[in-house]
Amino acid sequence: MTAAVPKSTADNEVMIELRGVNKWYDKFHVLKDINLQVAKGERIVVCGPSGSGKSTMIRCINRLEEHQKGQIIVDGTELTSDLRQIEQIRKEVGMVFQHFNLFPHLTVLENLVLAPMWVRKMPRKEAEAIGMQYLERVKIPDQAKKYPGQLSGGQQQRVAIARSLCMNPRIMLFDEPTSALDPEMIKEVLDVMIELAESGMTMMCVTHEMGFAKTVADKVIFMDRGQIVESNPPEEFFNNPQNERTQLFLSQIIGH
Amino acid sequence: MSHDFAPLPDLPPPAASVGAIGWLRRNLFSNAINSLLTLFAIYLLATLLPPLINWLFVKADWIGDSRDACTSGGACWVFVSARFSTFMYGFFPESETWRINLIYIALIACMVPLFIEGFRHKVKLGLFVIFIFPIFGFILLFGGVFGLEQTETSQWGGLTLTLLLASVGCVAALPLGIILALGRQATNMPAVKSMCVLFIEFWRGVPLITVLFMSSVMLPLFLPEGVSFDKLLRALIGITLFQSAYIAEVVRGGLQAIPKGQYEAADALGLSYWKKMGLIILPQALKIVIPGIVNTFIALFKDTTLVIIVGLLDVLGMVQNALNDPNWLGYSTEGYVFTAFVFWIFCFTMSRYSQSLERKLHTGHKR
Repeated sequence: MTAAVPKSTADNEVMIELRGVNKWYDKFHVLKDINLQVAKGERIVVCGPSGSGKSTMIRCINRLEEHQKGQIIVDGTELTSDLRQIEQIRKEVGMVFQHFNLFPHLTVLENLVLAPMWVRKMPRKEAEAIGMQYLERVKIPDQAKKYPGQLSGGQQQRVAIARSLCMNPRIMLFDEPTSALDPEMIKEVLDVMIELAESGMTMMCVTHEMGFAKTVADKVIFMDRGQIVESNPPEEFFNNPQNERTQLFLSQIIGH
Repeated sequence: MSHDFAPLPDLPPPAASVGAIGWLRRNLFSNAINSLLTLFAIYLLATLLPPLINWLFVKADWIGDSRDACTSGGACWVFVSARFSTFMYGFFPESETWRINLIYIALIACMVPLFIEGFRHKVKLGLFVIFIFPIFGFILLFGGVFGLEQTETSQWGGLTLTLLLASVGCVAALPLGIILALGRQATNMPAVKSMCVLFIEFWRGVPLITVLFMSSVMLPLFLPEGVSFDKLLRALIGITLFQSAYIAEVVRGGLQAIPKGQYEAADALGLSYWKKMGLIILPQALKIVIPGIVNTFIALFKDTTLVIIVGLLDVLGMVQNALNDPNWLGYSTEGYVFTAFVFWIFCFTMSRYSQSLERKLHTGHKR
């Protein structure tokens, strides 16, 4: 990861906005007054120690988790308990999980065409054409007829990315996409993500891959104990961390 | 300056661990206790099997039409062959039994393509068998239209009745059970959830024999005068509701075995609840619980014999009925062995089918 991806030409259109978001698990206060704006085409990397609420935060954005206080506005629509709005937002927001979560009873191609066919009501032929196109983009078109269980972790994660892209989302969320992978496979997944970033996708990515953050992020956010501690462009973030907690975290993960 | 990595060649395993002798050693004579048990088992088989085979086949009487034919001291299969048609058709008018045979033939003809690999219209045919075929079967059995002589449900009996009770019980209970299982999982709809829990726990808590007894004796007392249900229909409803509670619990086990990530991935793609369940969760959950579902089906198949308590004569009922015939007194062993054999054939077939289905659907963990 040498040459940094050119900074996004983020215009002023706000894609994701969190206003004073709070969340509790029973009595445990996971998210404390989170405020955040993500512009169209912007690429955000979220890092922080485990239990800091970073996964919970991005899972709130497509309502896999429910926030209890504050407002979350995605692409102009506020997330409430209205099921139709939630489904509407989920159509526009792709998500990639730590454990891939491919559907093991379906082949790779069937995994890809399922949502376009059943949610977007696309004819099978068309969905399969788009599916193959994305499989080529993640460089595994020859695995289309296999079942997920027959693929390596890295291949599965690339299929998962392709599956999200098949819905033609406007925003992509990544929840520790490389944490469950063998070191040899991390690069193949990161390459796909970098390529995606270059295409101008709005991205939010929870990850500990600091190299990835330096290459593609417009902004790096550091979270601890449910709060956003620091939020800065990568150069500033890595070279000149403002907060003591950030400095400690960086020294620990870069130290070895 | 390059050290190429060259793996060692594969060697064959030690001779004593493979082949027939290796198998015997591993499985039958691996240690002293195991060897003793093996010898004891051989001794038991040697003493028990010959007389059993003798009675069942060698000395048995097969041909004849009355008990006078049974003289050789072995099993008297003449009893079974003489009463065979009542065991199969119950009291169905003899001139009309072709209707039952026609149902069997049509059913087999419909089922065969379902087992053929690569047959294109399996789903359509399956739906036909489940939804259209029962209507066809009912018309043939009941008659009263198209010039068919009308029969009474009380004339239905024997194996026909057993199969009718079991198949209706299974086919109707499965969808109901799935709905109940989904309802019990619906934490965000407390009213639906508690209704499902109540239903399941009630029906699981009572024995089938009470359900049948209630449906046949108590229910008519609560119905207004003049309103009456057919006895067989009441038994069928009772069996279906009873069975659905068991299926629901089996299916719930499958639902709980599906990782949370599958629900989340389906949600994240924007699938609605029913699409998520129908396309992602249930196909996987049902696959996991095939053994459990078939297990309850087998249990139900055997439990159908309980309908004898409300005066419906299934295959066991017909056999017992024949045993009371003064002409055939004393042949109860033959009767019960025959009944056991009939039940075993069906249950074993179901079990084998479930195993082949499991193998065929096994895609999840292929590595």
